[in-house]
Formats: sequence, C-alpha cells, structure tokens
Amino acid sequence: MILALVEHDRDRLSALSLQTLTFGRRLAKEADDRLEAILIGDEGGRPLADGLAAYGVSTVHVVQHAGMDEYAPEAWAESMVQLLSAVSPQVVIAAGSERGHEVMAHVAARTELPLAANCTAAEPGDPFRVTRQRWGGSLLEEAHLVGSVKLLTIAPHAVQAEPSTGVGHVSVTPFIPTLADKDFRVRVTDRVEKTGGKGSLTEARVVVGGGRGVGSAEGFGALEELARLLGGIVGCSRAVTSAGWRPHSDQIGQTGVRIAPDLYIACGISGATQHIVGCKGAKHILVINTDAEAPILARADYAVIGDVRQVVPALVAEIRKAIEP
Amino acid sequence: MAIRVAHALGIPCVSAVKGLEIRDRTAVAKREGPRGWEVFQVGLPAVITVKEGINLPRYPSIPGRLKAKKKPVERVMPEWRSGGLEKVRLKLPKEQGKEVEILGKGPEAAPEVVKVLRELGVIPS
Repeated sequence: MILALVEHDRDRLSALSLQTLTFGRRLAKEADDRLEAILIGDEGGRPLADGLAAYGVSTVHVVQHAGMDEYAPEAWAESMVQLLSAVSPQVVIAAGSERGHEVMAHVAARTELPLAANCTAAEPGDPFRVTRQRWGGSLLEEAHLVGSVKLLTIAPHAVQAEPSTGVGHVSVTPFIPTLADKDFRVRVTDRVEKTGGKGSLTEARVVVGGGRGVGSAEGFGALEELARLLGGIVGCSRAVTSAGWRPHSDQIGQTGVRIAPDLYIACGISGATQHIVGCKGAKHILVINTDAEAPILARADYAVIGDVRQVVPALVAEIRKAIEP
Repeated sequence: MAIRVAHALGIPCVSAVKGLEIRDRTAVAKREGPRGWEVFQVGLPAVITVKEGINLPRYPSIPGRLKAKKKPVERVMPEWRSGGLEKVRLKLPKEQGKEVEILGKGPEAAPEVVKVLRELGVIPS
C-alpha cells in the first residue's frame, strides 16, 4: 500500500498535496497496489476526506488528537510512525513542502528508514528506483532506495495535479495516536497574517518578476502597475533582494519562492540556474530583456528585446487601452 | 540533516526559519507558512535551521581570521552505515527545447504583447 501525507489549510487541500496524490496514484497503479492517505488535524481534516476520492484514494486515515489544532512537527511525525506500524505501507510519500520535508525527516529519524527527498519519478520493484532533484533541480540523481518502507517527498511541480478518471469511494477511518507532551515541544504558538492583502506568489496566476534590469527600487512601480492590471503579483530575482530593492519574501528561485503561474513575465532577468529552478513551473514565460542571448530566453515562450524601463510603461499603456473602454 | 542531529541529541528542532530571537532560555523562531508567519517557541538547547534572507552575512575581520587559524581543530571519524539511499548516477535535466517567439523590439512591441496576453486569456478578449 502507498500512503500519502495530505496537507491542508483553511479547509482546502494544499496544491502540492494534490500533486503528491497524483504521483502516488500513478505509483500505486504501476505497483498494482492501492493508495491511502493520512490527514492530520483536530476536526478540520475530516470534511476534506471525501474530496480525496477524486484523487484515487481508497482509505483516509484521519489522525485525531486534542493537541493537533496547531501544526506540531514531532506530533505529526509520531502519529505517522504509529500509523505506519499499524497499517504497514510499502511506500510513504509527502509533498516537498516545508512541512512535508520536516515531518518526513522526523519520521525517518525516528524509524531509521531511508528518505529520498524531492523525487520527480519512482519505479517500484527491486531495486526500488527513484529520480530526485539535487542542487535545487539543476541536476537529477538516479538512486536506489533500500529499506523495508520507502519514504519519499515529491518535488514541487514535478507532476501536475490530475483527478482520477474513475469515480471511487473513499472510506474514512479515525486513528488515535498516543502522544506525549514531548511531542508538542515544537508547535506553532502564534501566527502573524501577511499584511497588505497581497496574495501569495506560489498561488498567483500571473507573476511579474523583476531583475537587475529594472534599475532601481522605484523602477518596480511600473511592474506593480503591470501586475495590478493583470491581477498578478510582483516577484524578483536574487540580484534585486541583494541590492535591497525588494524584501527577500519576493525572491523567486532556489532559495526563495517557487512559482507555478499560468504566465510569468520576467523583466530584466538574465536567468541564472537558481532563478530558473524557481520559475520552471510556469506554463508560459514572457521575457522582456535587452540581451537576446540571455539564458532565460532558452526557457521563454515569448520575448520582447528591449529595455524594461521603456517596454513595461508602453505595455501598461497598451493594456489600459485594451481593457478600459 | 538537522532534524537527524536534533533527534540524536534528543533536543527540539525548528527548521526553515527566517527570524530568530533568543529570550532567556527560549528561542522564538518565525517561519513563512501558507498564510503568513508561523511563530514557534522552543526551550534551549535546540537545533535551528535558517533560510536565506534571515540576515545579511557578516564577513569575518582579518584579526578574527588570524585568531581562528591558531584554534585547535578536532577531528572525528563517523561510523559509516551502508544502505538507505544509494546513488547510481547524476544527470542533467532534459532541456525543454522551447522555441522562443520574438514579439518585437522595444516599446513598439506592446500591441503584439497585448495580442498574446489575450490569447493566453490573461486579459479579456
């Protein structure tokens, strides 16, 4: 059996978890096995369980414990360890998210099972083969995973989330773990909501990214306007955060945010490998750059060769003309 | 790695932190979550892993580097354990081989870009 950890937030399944379930369903099909899921939360997770049928899940184990109202990595991991010994899966998968990596690393440490992080493919059998991203995806590693239970995290956007074609029925079984106070020594004790009502880069449909070519912090005004007109969000390259023009939270790339919008408009960004890693989930890429030889053009669908400081204001004016009567 | 170290030492671990404050014997760590900052409070000692952007690196001074040279270096040989994840080979990811469509040069390209934005459904047609 293949067991997938499913993350959720505000009564919604996380996008990366849906990708993970799609990965798990394909793996289960190849291994002629079934896909089950684990949902953790006090009561919050339960209504979501039915929605997992659409992703080919046959059984959902809903972990219930009074202390689970807030995220606690060790308590999550300990619950998984106990579930693992109760249901004996062959493979356990989780999203390659901050939480997924953290919880699976705790599971691996507690069980001494091997963990392959950021997998893009897996082939069941003996040996159990995985392909996984190394150095932020600039290299791929083929490896054999040897262990009684295989632990995997799935690289973000390695597969697209796709509901199953068949209509399935999901059975929901509660699982009550035995947890100690020690399992809750690390837990979220407070939350600070993002201010300014700005949406999230990871979920934006349109992202306008700015690089060194934007020229200055003030230069981002035109990009903000472009993003506003397209209902998008502004991000930036590492050169920009290093220069102090934008906060680090706006950085797209290996050490920043990974985006997967319908359209990414890369303005004055040359396209270092580390940046490409962060934006390769985009469906379409439009580049605005003075240098027709910049590496980012090799990844682009469309390009305008020119100075961002002239092209973006002209584009803003043209879009206004097009959308405002 | 950090989590395994913390587990071996029996101490807590907060990972991927972008803000850290030490108060008495407690660490208050902030990390970016799906809906803003998540704040963790843990007793010390603890293992903390940080993400880029937590601060601006401070380069060591020349006297500091000279002093560091004289410090004794302790060497330990870890016990090697086989099994687990066995690397077979490394390879370069396949290039997508996309053919880029040049829409034009300079500000004059704006109408062409708007056409593409319409096709992509980003602006209403």
